[in-house]
Amino acid sequence: MLQHYGPQLINLFAAVLLLLSFAMLTQRRILSLINLYAAQGLVLCLSTALVAWLTGQTHLYGSAALTLALKVVGLPWILHILIRRLNVKWDVETLINIPSMMLVGIVLVILAFNLALPISQLAGTVTRSTLGIALACVLLSFLMMITRSKAVPQVIGFLSMENGLFFAATGAVYGMPMVVEFGVALDVLVGALILGIFMFQIRERFDSVDTRHLEKLKEH
Amino acid sequence: MAPEFLLLLSLPLAGGIALALFGHWSRAAELNVAFSALTFVAAAALVARVVAGGPLAAAGEQFFIDSLNVFLVALTAFVAMTTALFSRPYMRIERDHGRVSAGGMRLYHSMYQLFTLAMLVVLTTNNLGIMWVAMEAATLTTVLLVALYRTHASLEAAWKYFILCGVGIAQALLGTILVYFAAEKILGAGVGSLLWTHLDEVKDQLEPTVMSIAFVFLLVGYGTKVGLVPLHNWLPDAHAEGPTPISAVLSGLLLNVALYSLIRFKVLTDGALERPFASHLLMGFGLTSVVVAAFFLSRQRDVKRMFAYSSIEHMGLITFAFGMGGPVASFGGLLHMTVHSLTKSAIFFAVGHATQKAGTQAMADIRGLLRVNPTVGWGLMLGTVAILGMPPFGVFASEFLILTTAIAQQPWATPILLVSLGIAFASIFGKVQPMVFGESTARKLPHPPALVPVFTHLAIVLCLGLYMPPYLADWYRQAARLIG
Repeated sequence: MLQHYGPQLINLFAAVLLLLSFAMLTQRRILSLINLYAAQGLVLCLSTALVAWLTGQTHLYGSAALTLALKVVGLPWILHILIRRLNVKWDVETLINIPSMMLVGIVLVILAFNLALPISQLAGTVTRSTLGIALACVLLSFLMMITRSKAVPQVIGFLSMENGLFFAATGAVYGMPMVVEFGVALDVLVGALILGIFMFQIRERFDSVDTRHLEKLKEH
Repeated sequence: MAPEFLLLLSLPLAGGIALALFGHWSRAAELNVAFSALTFVAAAALVARVVAGGPLAAAGEQFFIDSLNVFLVALTAFVAMTTALFSRPYMRIERDHGRVSAGGMRLYHSMYQLFTLAMLVVLTTNNLGIMWVAMEAATLTTVLLVALYRTHASLEAAWKYFILCGVGIAQALLGTILVYFAAEKILGAGVGSLLWTHLDEVKDQLEPTVMSIAFVFLLVGYGTKVGLVPLHNWLPDAHAEGPTPISAVLSGLLLNVALYSLIRFKVLTDGALERPFASHLLMGFGLTSVVVAAFFLSRQRDVKRMFAYSSIEHMGLITFAFGMGGPVASFGGLLHMTVHSLTKSAIFFAVGHATQKAGTQAMADIRGLLRVNPTVGWGLMLGTVAILGMPPFGVFASEFLILTTAIAQQPWATPILLVSLGIAFASIFGKVQPMVFGESTARKLPHPPALVPVFTHLAIVLCLGLYMPPYLADWYRQAARLIG
């Protein structure tokens, strides 16, 4: 039963992931943004576990567990503490031009599918059709980082870009070798911690975590 | 596993841990020097072993040393050692001026060792995934150091550094995934498909389309760390706002290490593709970097910023050389990596003390260094003359090799390169000359400056310009053959 619907379920997860990326792109409240990020992690974890079950690649269970620990529990928890301490929990960011941002997002998705086409044709995995979506998620996170001016949403954009890359790895090659995945996870965790420290330093200096204050260094 | 190699990686790790605990002690700077010096001894022993016994692998082929990376390992360990020597009085003066707290010193010393470790892992690992992890670790260890002074500008520089290099390196991860994807088809799933030596053996069977897309992502990713235009925005800020020893290691070592990873991937891509796709991309990015950096040089007012742009220019030149390829250009590129690293860190040492004396980094306010401290003044002057490619320094030799190859292989690029080098010469020399000569406003320093590293580096660069020992030339030639 599941064997039959498995590939379709993976496609469903991929579609949900893409929807979540669009939701993050246009979400104005920081708290909801973190919850969306956690949801993205959960979908990623479920789809990885499903791929593991369908293909018998046991090491993917390991990376699914890693995703659960890091991206569903660990990082959102750190982010929650961070916004509480920074007192930006209820902050609302003013985003201009949400419709045009959506349009740019759609163009990016088409671009991503085009780019992924030659690669996914070569892939022998059951998940090859998701590669385009993974690339689209990476590009959408990119767009999100560019359009945000507050520090916390920029960091969430960065983390969600890593989610997209992780999904690409699962889709194209059933995940990277375990040692590499542990290394990447460690880097992401350390990076998030450093960014946390860093945001306190920024706030201490500027009394806010708006990166628009950080635009003094440029060529004259 | 070779004991030298084990020591090479475990010494900086131990140093990082020890200094995280004791980094605020008054003798921590000496401890930092001791760890760096021991690491250099281990690197030197490793070089001796590789020269005598050929390439070696360690830890089930997860690490390997060949003629290409062994010379960078030696260079990295050497410059890390001399920079530790320089940072001893430099950071002590900063501490006396109250710019760094005790906790800041602990962070600084510990991260300095871990940064060295991350670079050595990038250089020696055979696993392309670990290479990515270590490269990201190198960013993470330095990002808090760029923000060490906690000023507006330094926080902004560090934020930019983190975000730009983070996004950049994410592209490199995608590139690495694609390379693994191409390799998995031939070598099967598992760690083996990420080992460079295995990939090198089957490089002509790798899927060309995938490899070309992967190389573009890798070029954008690691190219951000090399500081190639237009991905260079973080570089001048991070160099100008961080502590000077960190500017010296960023410029002298990190850029080289990032370029090294690109070269490894270039070898694979060239093997997979019939056409010179990677070469053209490298030449394009390299040439753009040289031209753009040369024009920005003339507009700088901050001395560290100016030399940061000069680093972009030189990395561009090296990238261009590797793009052209062939034995002579690759030889020139490797030689230029060495002499640029040594000269630029020497300049940053001299600049560091000069800015401490003048109390500012603005070039207009630094005057008459020769009067107050002739050795700092001469160090800066000689370093500048060397980096501008004047004979008899080694930079002249490597630039000569690169330019003559360009005349033979890419004649269209030669005038562009020559004009850019000319502009760079005029801008840098015109600005450094009044800083060194003329009347002075500088003050005396509470601790004697560390000038041994400056003149050691310059002496080596001079030696390389006048006479290259045959074993060294041989070593470069082997590495150049590897690059192709």
